[in-house]
Amino acid sequence: MCGTCGCGTGDGPTIVKIENHDHDHSHGHDHSHTHTHDHDHSHTHKTVIELEQDILQNNNLLAARNRGFFDAKNIFAINLVSSPGSGKTSFLERTLADLKDQYPFYVIEGDQQTQNDANRIHALQVPVVQVNTGKGCHLESDMIYNAVKQLAPKDHSFLMIENVGNLVCPAMFDLGENKRVVVISITEGEDKPIKYPDMFLSSDICIINKMDLQPYLKIDMQKLKDYALQVNPHLQFFEVSATTGEGMTPWYDWLSQQIKK
Amino acid sequence: MHELSIALGIVDIAEKETKKANATKVDAIELIIGTLSGVEPEALEFVWQVAVQDTVLAKAERHIEYIEAKAKCLECETTFSVQNVYDACPKCNSYFKDVFQGKELKIKALEVS
Repeated sequence: MCGTCGCGTGDGPTIVKIENHDHDHSHGHDHSHTHTHDHDHSHTHKTVIELEQDILQNNNLLAARNRGFFDAKNIFAINLVSSPGSGKTSFLERTLADLKDQYPFYVIEGDQQTQNDANRIHALQVPVVQVNTGKGCHLESDMIYNAVKQLAPKDHSFLMIENVGNLVCPAMFDLGENKRVVVISITEGEDKPIKYPDMFLSSDICIINKMDLQPYLKIDMQKLKDYALQVNPHLQFFEVSATTGEGMTPWYDWLSQQIKK
Repeated sequence: MHELSIALGIVDIAEKETKKANATKVDAIELIIGTLSGVEPEALEFVWQVAVQDTVLAKAERHIEYIEAKAKCLECETTFSVQNVYDACPKCNSYFKDVFQGKELKIKALEVS
């Protein structure tokens, strides 16, 4: 349907762009396109606004702003994501305990409720801000923006953002992080990556945690990795146990390489 | 249920645009949702009424245009439809692909009065 004069047919209501345009189409009636006329009947004035706007635009804009801030200050920001109970906080605790004397670390903890995780990080004497999302199931870039203001991180530091434990929703929300790290524990089953593909697709690193439990489980590690690589062939793996410290060294080496000296 | 965040984001944009156009309500809204956008149509439907209540969108007709996901194989350059993000290239079985269509999540147009 032509958006200028409304000629033509369409099925059901059609929403079209209002703009000046030239095109040829035949009219079944004669009229001038340039006449003006008065009319005094009442009518509702309708306007069509052609937007083409990304619904996540506000989140993405603020994420880009966060990213620029991190770049300028040489802060390496990590967005840690996983399902609840994969051991994200224990993994983070172990990393902080082992590396906090070498590099400055800052932590943002995201949970729906409680300050429990922030208290665990605070016990390690690492600056931490807890974001409680209430009913919200993920962190958004404005929460990071406000949390970072409170943290006032130093240059040349690491910012570890522990997202809300949820393998679905946080995938869609860019926080401005440099790398997204997905944690999966071997108790979760090999096919988790294809059950929740969006998170594995959007991540750069995959931490496979609870490796100390391997003798007690029937888990095919190769199958787990193959599924993850089907979703995202670029994923890089680290097999660790946050509890025993097994396998943490390659992860620390990788982290050390990320921060520009 | 990130669809609630998405729906509230839509409400936010609609409120601003309606005000800008000196209008008071939205009569129709047209959304574009890619099949790999991460938004479940049923979940969006479920939260919609709650999200739009007492807003300019309360009585708006909603039209959704779904965009089928398509990818180009990075190995053999075959273009193919993607149902799942882990689909392999039907020709060479590679998982290296560029999804160039189907991640859209947009408001295409608003009809306000």
